[in-house]
Amino acid sequence: MIHQIPFVQLPLWVLITGFVFCILFWRYSKIQEMIATISVGLYLLAGIGLLVSVYQNGIQVLQVGKWAAPFGITLVADLFSAIMVLISGVLAFTITCYSFQDISAERKKYGFYPVLLIMMFGVCGSFLTGDVFNLYVWFEVMLVASFVLIVLGNTKPQLEGAVKYVILSFISSGFVLTGIGILYNITGALNMAELSIAISECPDKKLLSIPAVFFFMGFGIKAALFPLFSWLPASYPTPPISIGGLMAGLLTKVGVYALIRFFTLIFTHDVALTHSVLLIASGLTMFFGVLGAAAQNDFRKILSFHIVSQIGYMVMGLALFTPLALAGAIYFLIHNILAKTNLFLISGIVKETNGYFNLSKLGGVYKNFPLVSVLFVVSAFSLAGIPPLSGFWGKFILAKAGFESEQYFIVAVSLLVGFLTLFSMSKIWLKAFWSPMPEAEKKRIKYNSISLFKSKYFMVLSSIFLALLTMFISFYPDYLISLSEKAAVQLLNPEIYINAVLPK
Amino acid sequence: MNLIISLILGILFTASVFLMFQKSFFKLIIGVILFGYATILFLFAVGGLTKNAPPLISENGMEIEKMADPLPQALTLTAIVISIGVQVFVIVLLRKVHADVGTEDLDDLNATDRID
Repeated sequence: MIHQIPFVQLPLWVLITGFVFCILFWRYSKIQEMIATISVGLYLLAGIGLLVSVYQNGIQVLQVGKWAAPFGITLVADLFSAIMVLISGVLAFTITCYSFQDISAERKKYGFYPVLLIMMFGVCGSFLTGDVFNLYVWFEVMLVASFVLIVLGNTKPQLEGAVKYVILSFISSGFVLTGIGILYNITGALNMAELSIAISECPDKKLLSIPAVFFFMGFGIKAALFPLFSWLPASYPTPPISIGGLMAGLLTKVGVYALIRFFTLIFTHDVALTHSVLLIASGLTMFFGVLGAAAQNDFRKILSFHIVSQIGYMVMGLALFTPLALAGAIYFLIHNILAKTNLFLISGIVKETNGYFNLSKLGGVYKNFPLVSVLFVVSAFSLAGIPPLSGFWGKFILAKAGFESEQYFIVAVSLLVGFLTLFSMSKIWLKAFWSPMPEAEKKRIKYNSISLFKSKYFMVLSSIFLALLTMFISFYPDYLISLSEKAAVQLLNPEIYINAVLPK
Repeated sequence: MNLIISLILGILFTASVFLMFQKSFFKLIIGVILFGYATILFLFAVGGLTKNAPPLISENGMEIEKMADPLPQALTLTAIVISIGVQVFVIVLLRKVHADVGTEDLDDLNATDRID
């Protein structure tokens, strides 16, 4: 019975069904809220089901329309995809709960929930597809929905940020499309498994560096790698926290997912060249991201620059290209999605205290709202990599992998960046939490500790939920690490993937 | 024919990049549209150009060399639809920015980059 459940397509079905029902009830935002919650809740369950079934039965493949690969479109779920689907489900569910009390009624009326569902649909599709052109289409579904989300509400900063975001995303899609064209010209294939075979048999390996560069640029803009990240700090802090948090947690990671998929399965013809470029880019991304954060004085902008910096660690894991390093990258991806999103959610709760994100106007959170401070400490020190929190394990695995492959310089950079991250986090802690609130702002305080919880309980509870998950992967890291190691082994042995998609 | 297509592609890409580097909203829109068409034409051209041949096999079985590859055509069609959607979004967005922020110069959109 359990074997007949089509786990690969189930996550997509629940999201698109939820979207259709939301459209049917376009004028009733309360009903949309319920539909969206049920839909992302089912998506989370479908994600768990997918991960369990992939863990037990190996890679799951669906040939859409029964057109056998490589002629039809293939949906593939290996362990890495399944982990990403599950974590995106966790995030979507938390954000939907958070948004009940965060998103204004006006924004809900203009279709926040349907657009959220269609964006998750694009994200989930990008994780599951096994075809490069199909990946481009899923990316566009995700991007167009995120364009709508980022301007939803039409405030001035949102519009300004959206211009940069939309134009650069469009250019990155152009790069990906150009890369697909060249790849098709060289190999005559679009299916990832077939591409992997075609590239290993390609007589002229030098030619393959051209599409590799295009994909690196295209996905690099989406993942916000140095020097392609300038759109991120300009646009992510502008929308409301529910939207900003979801994008911060998930969208750049879809770019990282695509980079990992392409540079483990397809472009492995010249690891010495491609992965050294990735290594240099990762070091620069880490360093300049964290330096940018040090200069900022706004809660959300500091966090946005840290997204850039943390992307560097994940790409470092990919660039080192050993089983341990890739396991570290996957572990770090999960840790970062949880910790970073939670920091965004906490910044939204802190804003509720007196209406600012600016650190010089905030203060006294530790004295007035102890629970919020505890949540912040867990996520911020986890992000900075203080033992025994989850960021420490991620960085530890990556550093160990770096030492094993004798890349001492990148390990040194990553440790230095860890210290600088701690500096930014303690800056937020010092100014917003520990120091007293400026006298001029005191009259704007709307809540005390109890009334904040009473009126914004969904926001606080979703943040607690993410903090608990961070604590879980901090104190019991072995479950996730062993899972990441299994996923890394699958990634580094493309023949497992190829045999699942193209059975002989 | 390949030479002409390559030249057109080069001109399209150059013009679009040049226009996107300008400050005016209008030139940005034209640049984005040209960039979209340049990538699509590129996708179509590298997929292999076949003159005067349908992407079909006739009932009695036409030789495979004379058949045009249907896949780049399908890809191009999808890409055109997507890029037109995004272009329309860009036009509406820039119109809204022009109305709300009251500028036509991209350099004035620096409020989100300022440190405060």
